[in-house]
Amino acid sequence: MTGKPILEIDHLRVSFRIQDQYYAAVDDVSLTVNEDEVVAIVGESGCGKSALALAVMGLHPPQKTKLEGSIIFKGTNLLSLSTSQLNKIRGKDIGMIFQDPLTALNPLMTIGRQIEESMDYHMKLSSMEKRQRTLELLKRVGIPNPEKTYHRYPHELSGGMRQRVVIAIAIACEPSLIIADEPTTALDVTIQAQIMGLLKELQQQMKTGIILITHDLGVVAEMADRVAVMYAGEIVELADVETLFHHPLHPYTRSLLHSIPSAQTRKEKLHVIQGIVPSLQKMPRTGCRFQSRISWIDESKHEPNPILREVEPGHWVRCTCYQHFYFPHDHIGDVGYGIS
Amino acid sequence: MLKFILRRIMMMIPQLFILSVLVFLLAKAMPGDALTGQLASNPKIDAQTLEEMKEKLGLNDPVHVQYARWMKNLLQGDLGISYIHKQPVNDLLAGRMWNTILLSAAILILTYMIAIPLGIVSGRWTDSWADKLIVGYSYVSFATPLFIFALIMLFIFGFKLGWFPTGGSVDIQVEKGTFAYYLSKLNHLLLPALSGALINTVGTIQYLRSEIIDTKVKDFVKTARAKGVPESSIYWRHILRNSFLPIAAFLGYEITGLIGGSIFLESIFSYPGIGQLFLQSILQRDYSVVTALVMISGLATLIGTLLSDIILSAVDPRIRIE
Amino acid sequence: MAFLKVNHLKVYYPVRGGFFRRIVDYVKAVDDISFELRQGETYGLVGESGCGKTTTGRTIIGLIKATAGEIVLEGTDLTKLSRRQFYPYRKDIQMIFQDPYSSLNPRKRVLDIVAEPIRNFEKLSPQEEKRKVQYFIERVGLNPESIYKYPHEFSGGQRQRIGIARALTLNPKLIIADEPVSALDVSVQAQVLNFMKEIQEEFQLTYLFISHDLGIIRHMCDRIGIMYRGRFVEEGTCEEIFRNPQHIYTKRLLSAIPNADPRQRRQQFHLREEVEREYKQSYHRYFDDDGRVYPLKKISETHSVAIP
Ligand SMILES: Nc1ncnc2c1ncn2[C@@H]1O[C@H](COP(=O)(O)OP(=O)(O)OP(=O)(O)O)[C@@H](O)[C@H]1O
Ligand SMILES: Nc1ncnc2c1ncn2[C@@H]1O[C@H](COP(=O)(O)OP(=O)(O)OP(=O)(O)O)[C@@H](O)[C@H]1O
Ligand SMILES: [Mg+2]
Ligand SMILES: [Mg+2]
Repeated sequence: MTGKPILEIDHLRVSFRIQDQYYAAVDDVSLTVNEDEVVAIVGESGCGKSALALAVMGLHPPQKTKLEGSIIFKGTNLLSLSTSQLNKIRGKDIGMIFQDPLTALNPLMTIGRQIEESMDYHMKLSSMEKRQRTLELLKRVGIPNPEKTYHRYPHELSGGMRQRVVIAIAIACEPSLIIADEPTTALDVTIQAQIMGLLKELQQQMKTGIILITHDLGVVAEMADRVAVMYAGEIVELADVETLFHHPLHPYTRSLLHSIPSAQTRKEKLHVIQGIVPSLQKMPRTGCRFQSRISWIDESKHEPNPILREVEPGHWVRCTCYQHFYFPHDHIGDVGYGIS
Repeated sequence: MLKFILRRIMMMIPQLFILSVLVFLLAKAMPGDALTGQLASNPKIDAQTLEEMKEKLGLNDPVHVQYARWMKNLLQGDLGISYIHKQPVNDLLAGRMWNTILLSAAILILTYMIAIPLGIVSGRWTDSWADKLIVGYSYVSFATPLFIFALIMLFIFGFKLGWFPTGGSVDIQVEKGTFAYYLSKLNHLLLPALSGALINTVGTIQYLRSEIIDTKVKDFVKTARAKGVPESSIYWRHILRNSFLPIAAFLGYEITGLIGGSIFLESIFSYPGIGQLFLQSILQRDYSVVTALVMISGLATLIGTLLSDIILSAVDPRIRIE
Repeated sequence: MAFLKVNHLKVYYPVRGGFFRRIVDYVKAVDDISFELRQGETYGLVGESGCGKTTTGRTIIGLIKATAGEIVLEGTDLTKLSRRQFYPYRKDIQMIFQDPYSSLNPRKRVLDIVAEPIRNFEKLSPQEEKRKVQYFIERVGLNPESIYKYPHEFSGGQRQRIGIARALTLNPKLIIADEPVSALDVSVQAQVLNFMKEIQEEFQLTYLFISHDLGIIRHMCDRIGIMYRGRFVEEGTCEEIFRNPQHIYTKRLLSAIPNADPRQRRQQFHLREEVEREYKQSYHRYFDDDGRVYPLKKISETHSVAIP
């Protein structure tokens, strides 16, 4: 097994206020990240992955969000810290890579300044040293011509280059935990491979723990040690990467793996999960949340109050419906609702 | 950049030309001419003399000839002669122009001095009691017309309390150039400037407030927070700089607005500036003054927008000046 | 005849420096590329990030001026048209933008965002407009009730689908899809891709499909162009590119595709190392002394490679 735990998320619930009511986008999630370990989080878009990541960083606006449970980072509960206490940790011990590189950078600041900014608060360096380090970082994330890029503004870079700048910012102070929210969606595969290599290298050199949020199951297969599959705010399956890809149990995980386009699917319809995720307000808060998406499975096969259960050592699954799940034959490619 | 400014100045020429034609034709189309005013004050002039005077002034020439002559003089910096004041418009404007520029600058500075802190407080702590108070203030001042507000200010602080002088731009007793002279100028300036600014701030406060509210939820602000940047720097370095952009862009229009506002303010506070002169000249049909003033305010507006563009391009790297 | 023909297209961005922001240099974002799209096909544009794919797309829909070259749509050279003459073509060419959030106006409701092109080009009653918007919103897999929400209330993937719905409303002939599904999870991705194929058959749509995900490119595209630093390194049918890659950059790209089997991590890693070694060794055979890509050369009827 890997090292000792650095992040322990315990019964975390993140609720957003919508018209004076709170609705949980992350519902009772518990997850541990160890030193030197990559934990991937996958799941339908809108299932609460980013909401979870932002909760760890303390980036939810307090007026509109309610956080319950605890997030223990190296022994301190992040949820009990004030903003200024949190500022000593974020950027230094925890670095975050944001999902959307095109909006994640300040349009009025040069690339160089934006990377140096986090060093301003966490490292005692002269401005020459900061500059030097920034140029190194730019080189490290694979930006050709660091000197030129240092003085450029975000709008002058392509999507992929901006994403690499965002990564450079996150690793500037060599954090012990990196939260990477879709770090490579904007990158081409060669640079993706390079960034993956870079994250792996950091992980090995500095025993960095990484939370990797991604839609790309290929990236998960190559990078992750363990995988948490989320659906509608809950973790529905948690297992090590090999088990998850070769022996998935939960119907959602199985459907997901079924949808990947491959050489064989050319000119065919891809598998689609029926129906749509209900909005936060309409989400049923009891019973199996995946039930409506696999309507051909009898209702009685679901648990009334499904919990995450350890079915084999290290392999956790929610609800008993997985024991009875099968793919219907006529189901491939069905979008699932009436279109004239 | 230099090329851009030059090109923009070149572009102003046709704009000013069209304005000048319009103004000239309008002035001509108005009932009465430069002599009508004189006639009223001196009814004894007979038809013969009148005709001679008209001929002498070129008022009988075809319109385009008159325009060409007026334009030629204008280009040489000669704005014509006021027939009411019986002196060159240039002389008439000299002192007043400075007064108006001074008043406008004072209003602008006061506006930003009031609007920026209030806008920031309001945008940063949305829905706090301070924000509600500020929003309340801006509703009230939005609903109050400038001239009514100015009259109330004049009445309370000028007449009732006697804190400020109620007219003029400087005491006549003080000697020009002394410290007391400048102090007196400032004293005369303060009340009209404050009245203008208190009404003028509304737009800027609301703009800044909504801009800050929009900017503070942007992704790059999250990035900055994730770096561990303290909250005060988040505001100064990231949110405010981005929120000021539209304010800077607005500067040009602000200047146009000030010209309009000065007409009311100067008239109410009997402040000898070009706004007051403008109103008087219209009432007295002193068209050479009116046309000159319209041309000047047109030019000021164009310079204002140019200024906005220059400021904007200096602070926003995304705006390319070509 | 080709539906869209791009001839020797060049797009240079000026780089500005100094106090007066003078032009000090040019970025050759697109540097002499030519390709053609046939009616009803899907053409994939792949390449390293920053190689000019988005720039190519934005130039075709007229958001960026071409520095040189022609873009011929059904016989009309779009680069020669004035803004007004270009207007009717705007309806025929739509773009799904790479960046889901900043292309959506945060102050507008989804209804207004999606209806915007309809309002520009068609006159519909509010009810018809709403029905049409809801139809497309539903077809991209969003809840029809969500038309009254604002963009920030959606997740990244949901936002992208709003952009797709907007591009579809005018029944365009050509859709430039710039990373249309990169923000989506595989199931929704599958749904959107199926949907794109469905409407392609229905309306004889032509796609210019820009993506980093070679799995998706392989699934969707008939022909593929591989770009590197503003130029084409290889062009061919899907088969040819995936089965018989010729240029070293193409090989490198293919080897970098992540393998969805965690057991093959090691093999994949070794394969990548090998290609990387080959890349370093044979670099000079594929790039000229300035590091530039050679012009394309035909090696079969459909397959071209940039070799000297
Ligand atoms: N500020 C907010 N106010 C209200 N609801 C929100 C807010 N932010 C997110 N949500 C909702 O919370 C849910 C979770 O959103 P989140 O951004 O965490 O999704 P995600 O899993 O990261 O999706 P994606 O993969 O598409 O990025 C979504 O249904 C979203 O609509
Ligand atoms: N407005 C601009 N000013 C200057 N250079 C620019 C501008 N926009 C793009 N560039 C440069 O042009 C090149 C091509 O950019 P483009 O956005 O087309 O790349 P791309 O292939 O879409 O990359 P990605 O896959 O990362 O989105 C890049 O080197 C980029 O830095
Ligand atoms: Mg997300
Ligand atoms: Mg792009």
